[in-house]
Amino acid sequence: MRNEELKIKITELLPMASFEEGGEWLNINLDANDWLPFARQMRNNEALFFDYLFCLTCIDWKAHLTMVYHLSSTKYRHTVVVKIKLDRAKPEIETVSRIWKTAEFHEREVYEMFGVNFLNHPDLRLLILPDGWEGKNPMLKDFEDPINMIRL
Amino acid sequence: MIEDTAITEKGDLTINIGPQHPATHGVLHLAVTLNGETIKKVEPHLGYIHRSIEKMCESLTYRQFIYVTSRMDYLSAHINNHACALCVEKGMQIEVPERAQVIRVLMDELTRIASHELWWGAMAMDLGAFTPFFHAFRERETINDIMEETCGARLTMNYMVPGGVMADIHPNFQRKVKDFIKLYKQKIKEYDELLTGNIIFQNRMKGIGYLSAEDAISYGCTGPTARGSGVSSDIRKLYPYEVYDKISFDEILENEGDSFARYLVRIREMNESLKIIEQLIDHIPEGDYQAKTKAVLKLPKGEFYTRVETARGELGVYIVSEGATTPYRIKFRSPGFSNLSALDHMARGSKLGDLVAMMGTLDLVIPDIDR
Amino acid sequence: MWSFHQIADFINDWLNQRFNPTWVTVIEMIITGILVISLFAVLGLVLVIMERKVSAWIQIRLGPNRVGPKGMFQSLADTLKLLVKEGMTPTGSDKFLFNLAPYIAMIVAMLLMAPLAFARNFQMWDMNIGVLYITAISSVSVISVLIAGWSSNNKYSLMGAMRAGAQIVSYELSAGLSILAVVVLTGSLNINEIIQSQANGWWIFKGHIPAIIAFVTFIIAVTAETNRAPFDLAEAESELTAGFHTEYSGMKFALFFLAEYVNVFIVCALGAILFFGGWMPFHIGNWQGFNHVMDFIPSSIWFFGKTFFLIFLIMWFRWTFPRLRIDQLLNLEWKYLLPISMFNILLVTAMAIGGWHF
Repeated sequence: MRNEELKIKITELLPMASFEEGGEWLNINLDANDWLPFARQMRNNEALFFDYLFCLTCIDWKAHLTMVYHLSSTKYRHTVVVKIKLDRAKPEIETVSRIWKTAEFHEREVYEMFGVNFLNHPDLRLLILPDGWEGKNPMLKDFEDPINMIRL
Repeated sequence: MIEDTAITEKGDLTINIGPQHPATHGVLHLAVTLNGETIKKVEPHLGYIHRSIEKMCESLTYRQFIYVTSRMDYLSAHINNHACALCVEKGMQIEVPERAQVIRVLMDELTRIASHELWWGAMAMDLGAFTPFFHAFRERETINDIMEETCGARLTMNYMVPGGVMADIHPNFQRKVKDFIKLYKQKIKEYDELLTGNIIFQNRMKGIGYLSAEDAISYGCTGPTARGSGVSSDIRKLYPYEVYDKISFDEILENEGDSFARYLVRIREMNESLKIIEQLIDHIPEGDYQAKTKAVLKLPKGEFYTRVETARGELGVYIVSEGATTPYRIKFRSPGFSNLSALDHMARGSKLGDLVAMMGTLDLVIPDIDR
Repeated sequence: MWSFHQIADFINDWLNQRFNPTWVTVIEMIITGILVISLFAVLGLVLVIMERKVSAWIQIRLGPNRVGPKGMFQSLADTLKLLVKEGMTPTGSDKFLFNLAPYIAMIVAMLLMAPLAFARNFQMWDMNIGVLYITAISSVSVISVLIAGWSSNNKYSLMGAMRAGAQIVSYELSAGLSILAVVVLTGSLNINEIIQSQANGWWIFKGHIPAIIAFVTFIIAVTAETNRAPFDLAEAESELTAGFHTEYSGMKFALFFLAEYVNVFIVCALGAILFFGGWMPFHIGNWQGFNHVMDFIPSSIWFFGKTFFLIFLIMWFRWTFPRLRIDQLLNLEWKYLLPISMFNILLVTAMAIGGWHF
């Protein structure tokens, strides 16, 4: 489906979604509370059928955090990008690891790098960082790097 | 994991495979819970080669960050660099000349063959057949020599720049590649005789590590891992880049979903890469090898995503730019990360020896996973 | 020309002139002991360098070629290295059993040398149950593997030892049945009689089909018995690091290593004796002229030549095939080799009774 048709279809399903212009794919902005039911509909709806979550990441805009989900459909080959703003003080969002199993590892990585708490995640703990790095959240922009390990 | 948590009964053994172990290609630590010889749970512990590449790239310019990525999946170094260069070109809307495009595709396909060769040799060695390793490296040496003449390095060839390639191909390049094609056509038949048709090998691979198509998509598997389960996911066909839409090659799909299917997919892919090289090697167009770009690159404000097909699957480069000379955020969607998450699902209920066969067919390169 | 048994007779006579019979026996036993140990050492050295060279040539590389001419002294260098290595005993291991295991492996290997006939009239102990003795004593070798794995206090070693134990015990059946085929044809367990019965042709040619089947099952079974690839799960480097001898280092590891190679030599020697005539030259029926020419080559050369040919065959297997998984391995034995061997025994018995062999 093209971007315009997707826009129409998604507005039908979830009137609260707002769209961002620009970019090659349809960008959808959502609220954190609407994410889980919306995700389920995106996955299960026959006309949309977004069964392939190919990128899950987080961006640290210094005022807030944004979760970015890139979804695609193997049947219809259309792609959307879902962006969800999270509060920097207490970033929490529902997990989608029961809908797309790949999210399990990706969410663990976002948890350790950015500190986002994924509610109802089956196994939320450090994945890539060694023990002792809980709470340090190195990918945040205000991460202190006293030994100058990262910046050249 | 998401499935019923394996209940650890009394008498279960937890052994650690790795991080230093002959069978894990790289430093991967697997905590395997066994009941006798049967696996109940496989838990990967990552991070032994985490170098915070994503955070590092936030302080490197757009010309510099490309070469850090060759260290991510060092077996498809060219293809990684290619992905980054494409993303920067997309952002700055640079037009890459035809000659550079063809050279890039040729280098990519040679890298793909070299990567599959190493995979083949290492996997055979894991299963106990020591000889194919040497045969595989003999062919890989020929490719490395070709790369060395043109690019200057054998493993991390920093050859791609935004706009084209760093230098023109060496005058011997075409002749050497043509010799290689002739040599390779004979050798690839040898591989089938030595390993593919061997009954012991087939018994160790057939029926092991079944991954259904729905699970493959749900776990985000791409590349030969997914194509072995019948999921069509070749980026070169679905979202063609460079000159891939102008040449003819097949996407190899197998439907059984077991390790042997994934093995066959990779072996036939080597053939397909050879076909692509054959079609292009005599028709490298004349022209510039690099587009004229400014010395200091600044991407406009926005977000850009490109995807390429590495030897392991889909590599995605996601750049968020604020208009500065360095990216604001880069995310590398690595194929190995998602392929590894399917390992636990595939391994439950099989034997320890099968775990080695499964890891072999997933073709994991750990620096790609840890970044 | 000089032959081994002439030297042995000469020494025997010389000793008998000097000492009384009891002393002669004791001295001869000491000499035999020293010769066996030195044969062990020499065999170990030769087989190690042979394995490395054979594997290298199969893998399109050269192998050791620096130490000595063409790398022939490589094993001496290896032996020196193993001698000076630190032999660590892990804490928590059962010290007595840990130290005992390599010696059991060596003792078994040495005992098995006794009935083998190395040349015409040159045998340590010509007992009437030679073949039975060999099969019985080789069963004891499984104990050393199990003890080594268990006493190392290491999960990997334990798993390796369990696998090895199951494998060796299963394959002894097929090995025994294939040996039995030749015994039935000869009608005797005595090694000397078996060899003498091949004076007009080796059993593998005289016994045509059943002997060939017996030989094939024999080679497969002894490759599994000695834990050689493709049946080397007990030492599967890529899976379990080194299986039951993970924790051994230095001299004790050298003993295990040596015992494995000598075991290969012994089973190949047995195969040569049973199927290829031992030290008997290649005779064809009643072609006297041809047989006379063949007789010029000394019998010890025949024996060692055949044995080394079989050793080369077993080494060839190692570098060609991938490894079998434990359940596939046991499957192969119990569902395929054992029924084939049993059927073969019936065939051989029918053939022996009916006289349908050459």
